[in-house]
Amino acid sequence: MELTPDLRDCFTVPGKLALPYTYFAGRIGSRFLLALQEEHRILGVRCAGCATVLVPPRATCDRCQADLADTWVEVGPAGRVENFTVVRYADRHVPEPVPLVLALIRLDGADTPLVHRLGGMDPEAVRVGLRVTAVFAAEPRDTLLCIDHFRPLAPQPSAAGPRPQGG
Amino acid sequence: MKKNRNVGIVGVGQSVYSSHREEVNQPEMIHEAVVEALEMAGITMAEVDCVVHGNMELFEMVHQPDLWHTLGTGAWGKESLRVTTGGTTGATLAAAADHLVASGLHDVVLAIGFEKLQEGHTTGGITNMADPLWGRQLQTGALTGMTAAQMIEEFGAERAKAAAMAYRILMDANAMKNPKAHRRLGLRPDQAEELAANSPALVGELRMIHMCSQSDGACAMIFASEEKARQLCAQPAWIEDHVTAHREEMFCLFGNAPVLTTHRHCARKLFARNGIRDPRREIDLFEMYDPSAWWGLDWLREFLLLEGDEHLRMVESGAIAMDGDFPVNPSGGVIASNPIGATAMVRVAEAALQIMGRAGGHQLPRPVRRALASGFGGTMWTVLFLLASDTERQAAA
Repeated sequence: MELTPDLRDCFTVPGKLALPYTYFAGRIGSRFLLALQEEHRILGVRCAGCATVLVPPRATCDRCQADLADTWVEVGPAGRVENFTVVRYADRHVPEPVPLVLALIRLDGADTPLVHRLGGMDPEAVRVGLRVTAVFAAEPRDTLLCIDHFRPLAPQPSAAGPRPQGG
Repeated sequence: MKKNRNVGIVGVGQSVYSSHREEVNQPEMIHEAVVEALEMAGITMAEVDCVVHGNMELFEMVHQPDLWHTLGTGAWGKESLRVTTGGTTGATLAAAADHLVASGLHDVVLAIGFEKLQEGHTTGGITNMADPLWGRQLQTGALTGMTAAQMIEEFGAERAKAAAMAYRILMDANAMKNPKAHRRLGLRPDQAEELAANSPALVGELRMIHMCSQSDGACAMIFASEEKARQLCAQPAWIEDHVTAHREEMFCLFGNAPVLTTHRHCARKLFARNGIRDPRREIDLFEMYDPSAWWGLDWLREFLLLEGDEHLRMVESGAIAMDGDFPVNPSGGVIASNPIGATAMVRVAEAALQIMGRAGGHQLPRPVRRALASGFGGTMWTVLFLLASDTERQAAA
């Protein structure tokens, strides 16, 4: 049945939610960010019980509840694309010009993949298994974007040339 | 309340309540409470069937926090449920856990309430609770001077203000005994006049000193079936009953005061179906969700079904102090510690600890056989719990 409502003289009330926040990274998250910012090193933690290296790090193993606070290991900066997707629509929340490649990258020495962006290559040329390495941001940042993006280790066909530093 | 089977509280864990916890992120802070609750119950996550998780919507600007808090909750591979009913969330979490165990669906349920108020913008979140057409441009978030105005009109400014400040100072004396409480100010009765004059005014006669804190913290509780609870715990706190009433009343914008409050409604219902005729004598302790000294004072009358000025006399005489005949909030209450998504759960948890005899420095000097705990939220929402010890249940049988 077709709906034919009478919309004459119906108000709509525009509004806006403004919810500022400040996330507390905690000691574990802070150490990870400081190592990225100051030393360009990527750190994970190792759960002895599960024989697993976890990146990003966490205070507790979610599988066996072990305390992981002092089990730091260095991983990367190179790794393997475990999977990826290409973002092809532009919207206010998409931080980069499209097409934008988001990838799951398992860093060398890690057992869990890290979500990050791929650059410096034609999006159509990305494949599972591609070897990539971290490109650090020139200026320090307070988030995982201390790593600006990952680029292929070997030269790849590139449509747009080297990726500009975003943020 | 008709129950398929009895449910006992066998473990309680609380983080320290504080204005700032930069050294831990959200799952790390929750993990502190979970570890303590598991230790008290003497179990590991392997024995927990289901995790119930909740906090205020929007407050930290995290969507579906239960999912990424799995790092700290231990919920990986478990059934889980998220509950968010505003200020009552913590008590609703306890109600949900009770339902899950009483129904027979699960034997052991872990409930977690948390908040990191310093990470977000509380009033921004609360203000958006109001109706976008009738109320959103016209209200003051969680702060209201309405109750102070009503009490001053009814009892005179001098007596009403003095009683509110006496309530505040009594609560601080309790908080001083609770090492996990957030605000422990060491207030003295002889400071009452100075505080009343100098504490910053917020709305009407509601001053900063009357108002609850904004805290970071987490609370975790473990609920077990009667069979399990008896294996795990010498004195579980049994959940006798609970009543929930929600109402959107826009603080009398559309109605004429006085109205039947959800507090009085819940208390009448709870007492009637549990055969309680004289709550002040038949109940040993009340952990009340008291967001401000004015509300704590006023709500004593509602929850205890009192008339006239009897609630004022309870405060003036010290009857609500730890050594009084009807102790209220030995923990220091919400005025001392307010991690909102945990706050109403802390009321149930603290009442349980008193029954279990595990409240530490603020344990009441005499046995607690029957305890009340309340949650508050929304514009006027209530969750009211009745807990009991074995002694009480044997006497009733």
